[in-house]
Amino acid sequence: MKFSEQWLREWVSPQLATQALADQITMAGLEVDAVEPVAAAFEGVVVAEVLEKTQHPDADKLNVCRVDDGSGEPVQVVCGAPNVAVGQKVPFARVGAVLPGDFTIRKAKLRGQESRGMICSASELGLEEETSPGILELPAAAPVGEGFRDWLRLDDHTIEVDLTPNRGDCLSLMGMAREVGVLNRLPVQGPAIAPVAASHDETFPVRVEDAERCPRYLGRLIKGVDVGAETPLWMVERLRRSGIRAIDPVVDVTNYVMLELGQPLHAFDRAHLHGAVVVRLAREGERLVLLDGKEITLDDATLVIADERGPLAIAGVMGGEHSGVNSETRDIFLESAYFSPLAVAGQARSYGLHTDASHRFERGVDPRLAREAAERATALLLEITGGEPGPLVEVASAEHLPGEREVHLRAARLEQALGKSLPVDEVAEILERLGMAVETTDEGWQAQAPSWRFDIAIEEDLIEEVARIHGYNRLPVRRPAARLALRPDQEARTPLALLRRQMVARGYQEAVTYSFVAPEMQRALLPEAVSPVLANPISSDLSVMRASLFPGLVRALQHNLNRQQTRVRLFETGLTFRGDLDALHQTPMLGALVCGSREPEGWAGAKSPVDFFDLKGDLESLLAMGGEPEAWRFEPAEHSALHPGQCARVLHRGEEAGWIGTLHPAVRAELGLKVDAVLFEVRLDALTHGRVPAFMPLSRYPEVRRDLAFLVDEELPVQALLDTLRGQASEWLTECRLFDVYQGKGVPEGRKSVALGLTWQHPSRTLNDEEINQLVDAIVAESRQHLGAELRG
Amino acid sequence: MDHLPTLVTEARRAIQAADTIPALDELRVRYLGKKGEITALLKGLGKLPAAERPAAGERINEAKQALFEELEARRQGLEKAALEARLAAERLDVTLPGRGQPSGGLHPVTRTLERIEGLFTRIGYDVAVGPEIEDDYHNFEALNIPAHHPARGMADTFYFDATRLLRTHTSPVQVRTMKEGKLPIRVVCPGRVYRSDSDLTHTPMFHQVEGLLVDEDVSFADLKGTIEDFLHAFFERDDLSVRFRPSYFPFTEPSAEVDIQCVMCSGDGCRVCSHSGWLEVMGCGMVHPEVFRHSGIDAERYKGFAFGMGAERLAMLRYGVNDLRLFFENDLRFLRQFA
Repeated sequence: MKFSEQWLREWVSPQLATQALADQITMAGLEVDAVEPVAAAFEGVVVAEVLEKTQHPDADKLNVCRVDDGSGEPVQVVCGAPNVAVGQKVPFARVGAVLPGDFTIRKAKLRGQESRGMICSASELGLEEETSPGILELPAAAPVGEGFRDWLRLDDHTIEVDLTPNRGDCLSLMGMAREVGVLNRLPVQGPAIAPVAASHDETFPVRVEDAERCPRYLGRLIKGVDVGAETPLWMVERLRRSGIRAIDPVVDVTNYVMLELGQPLHAFDRAHLHGAVVVRLAREGERLVLLDGKEITLDDATLVIADERGPLAIAGVMGGEHSGVNSETRDIFLESAYFSPLAVAGQARSYGLHTDASHRFERGVDPRLAREAAERATALLLEITGGEPGPLVEVASAEHLPGEREVHLRAARLEQALGKSLPVDEVAEILERLGMAVETTDEGWQAQAPSWRFDIAIEEDLIEEVARIHGYNRLPVRRPAARLALRPDQEARTPLALLRRQMVARGYQEAVTYSFVAPEMQRALLPEAVSPVLANPISSDLSVMRASLFPGLVRALQHNLNRQQTRVRLFETGLTFRGDLDALHQTPMLGALVCGSREPEGWAGAKSPVDFFDLKGDLESLLAMGGEPEAWRFEPAEHSALHPGQCARVLHRGEEAGWIGTLHPAVRAELGLKVDAVLFEVRLDALTHGRVPAFMPLSRYPEVRRDLAFLVDEELPVQALLDTLRGQASEWLTECRLFDVYQGKGVPEGRKSVALGLTWQHPSRTLNDEEINQLVDAIVAESRQHLGAELRG
Repeated sequence: MDHLPTLVTEARRAIQAADTIPALDELRVRYLGKKGEITALLKGLGKLPAAERPAAGERINEAKQALFEELEARRQGLEKAALEARLAAERLDVTLPGRGQPSGGLHPVTRTLERIEGLFTRIGYDVAVGPEIEDDYHNFEALNIPAHHPARGMADTFYFDATRLLRTHTSPVQVRTMKEGKLPIRVVCPGRVYRSDSDLTHTPMFHQVEGLLVDEDVSFADLKGTIEDFLHAFFERDDLSVRFRPSYFPFTEPSAEVDIQCVMCSGDGCRVCSHSGWLEVMGCGMVHPEVFRHSGIDAERYKGFAFGMGAERLAMLRYGVNDLRLFFENDLRFLRQFA
């Protein structure tokens, strides 16, 4: 809601400067977004009359004019506007005037002709943003010589209020004035509105077929209006200061009354109405060309204004092009109706529309306002366009009109809610100022909500109103009291915060990427993945939900590589979305990506690039945090995004928990990445799963260590050897260190040498050589038999 | 016997001339060893007349003792010099940077969320999270925003189909927590939220923290106290002015927007606060009875308050970040500033 301060002050004028008034409105819950002067700063501009106009002798597009600026002597001025004409009243900047942008008007010669001033356009005076095509023509009655600023009362501000959806009652000058009156304890005085006497008795039939959606409909025929009449400048200015452009007098008057009182109105061209005006639901498939020229197909949930030939308008939203007022119109049918919020709610949006009328009806227009608004609009129309008003026809259904809402407010409840007891009289007074009829009861107050306040229905609504008018900042401040109860804490779980810190300690920066990604990126990495697709994405590259953290991490990598950041270590935690909507898994994951050198460039570091095992080591450091590293396994497997020979499925207790691997070279090429990257992602529930430590007594007996080197097939995963070995090594094996993997000289082609250091210790005695030899023999035999492993000499 | 002084003089010169430990050892053997020259003199005492022996023995022993001390002193001198030489040789430039992986850092949003969570969990709040793909019921209906309610226009929603959407706020977690029915409730719900809006000051995804307290005898005064304490603690400014402005959220009543005195200009007016001296930082209110009804909580017996704030907004104010979009570009040059 945007309005002129002057206009408001005609209704109610508290002794407050503009900013103080705006602050007061804001602090009452009607947030003022902007306070702006209605015109840019300028001075030295007066109303003048064009006396003569002659063609400039040396310039086709210029005229030499003589104007009367009230100074007594006609002034010669060169004017280039196409619309300048003798007899016009115009805004005239005298020599010495300062226009917006600090532009001083000086005596000048244009192509040899003297020019002492400037005839101004609306945009030159800062009244319009767009450049005006010609000079601003003023009404004939404009007084020559008077200061233009004073005459148009331009020392005014527009106040723009960002209203919350509950306060539809403030979408008018009357509503804002009412609120300002409440806040300042001032009476509110609007224009006098009296019924207009009919000058003929012709009516147009109205039939309301859906009284629930349209409990009240008023119409009036006004014959012989002059749509060519000019809207008075004061009205044009008020509309302009509310952000509405003047169009023609009929539309201007309906807009004006909507701004003034809050009642949307509509005018039909009588010549295009046939039979009767019918308020009914549309029939599926009926078509209508709207005022904005757009043709729509109606559905049967839409309330329309129709005649016997079909729909004319969407009720409370927008009129039709065909039945609207145009330059040929002689007789109009003026509509002023109450449509219930539920009838209009969602309708505009379902057709991609949002209008001043729908905005108001959706929030609730005072159901008692329709008649007053119709009278006001008629009176204004007659003043401007002339015409013969007929009687006002009303079709109303008392049972469907909103009833009186009685709300009870208990004093005890009010005190409990606010933490403060307010005097009985103050509460009653606040409610009364808000337009409620209040009765004091044993327990508190019985209040009748005003017809314009759709947001008052329950006790809390009254509590809020009392708190609001009393002032939130005058209410007490307290701290909640609570019982000190300990909550359970699962020690076995590793908190996410610790996992994050572990990644940070290992040199990773945390990333936060969008949960929706580009479908191409996701397809390149995970061609098989199914994840939900947004119906209304903000752009196509943010349209599909990520099925993995990989797309976002790779995107972040690209961003950094494009900015000369070649060493990238990123991790992210967040949900991934897998499956279609009906079988959706929203799974929290932790993912990471590394690229570039192992260590930052430095004097001591090796310059080698990171590889699979760097990232695996970082992942293993996370896995170890739960205290159960043995619950985790890595098995060779294939993943669409990862290098088939450098990829592992990560298993937790035998179940897939994630993936780790080098980005597939083909995928990399498809994404235009020139460098290798290694990634992992693992389910967070598995990562946070751990155990409570269980103490094992320390043995006092000596350890025995044996080093064994095996020759195995180069394809054999070391894990298989380790598993076989553990199966034979007895429970006294305390450590198994893999200290060398070697291929090359001395190792046959197709084989690799794997060297292991095994340590045994018995809890309660010394192990003898014979026992260890037996264990070693068993290990060697089993490895040979099942894995073809040979002990190296 | 008579050559003792000569021997001592010669030995002293040799000791002073020795410049290695092995050379000193050699001299020790040569003079004081079992077959050493001084030892030989002692052995030769028996050949002297008995009356001369004590005096001669004493002189030889004195000489032996003196040489011994001389050797020891020289040894210590050499060892000290050797140590000093070694230390000098092993000197490092300790101003060179250390080796290994430098640590990374948390994202500023995480840093902010953890800080907010910490402030509340320390006084007894729990942390709750919920799904991000929500249904209409939890995101709207249960929060007193029925279909076609004008408040649905307050946040542009990302939809998947008619009923499923990306949550527009973390308030659905409130609903889920209340439906669990364990009272009293004190939770904060941090997480990602989504709105179909993208410009200089909006990103289609951002983070909120929602707070909810439900108990018997909870008032608007408790809400004000909690919010004021939180803002003072978060900005570490006990003198920070906080004001409550009436506002509207369908799921709370009374509702308020919370403004703080601008932390950039201390309320004098600057670009950040649009020269108003105030910054809107969060919304809050008393839980609407309709929300309690949806969650099966007796609104006559229980009252509650809820509040919600944007993590990016708070992070921007706290760390002076001037462009919201930086949070999601993941530029390392940005991220490293929050380590």
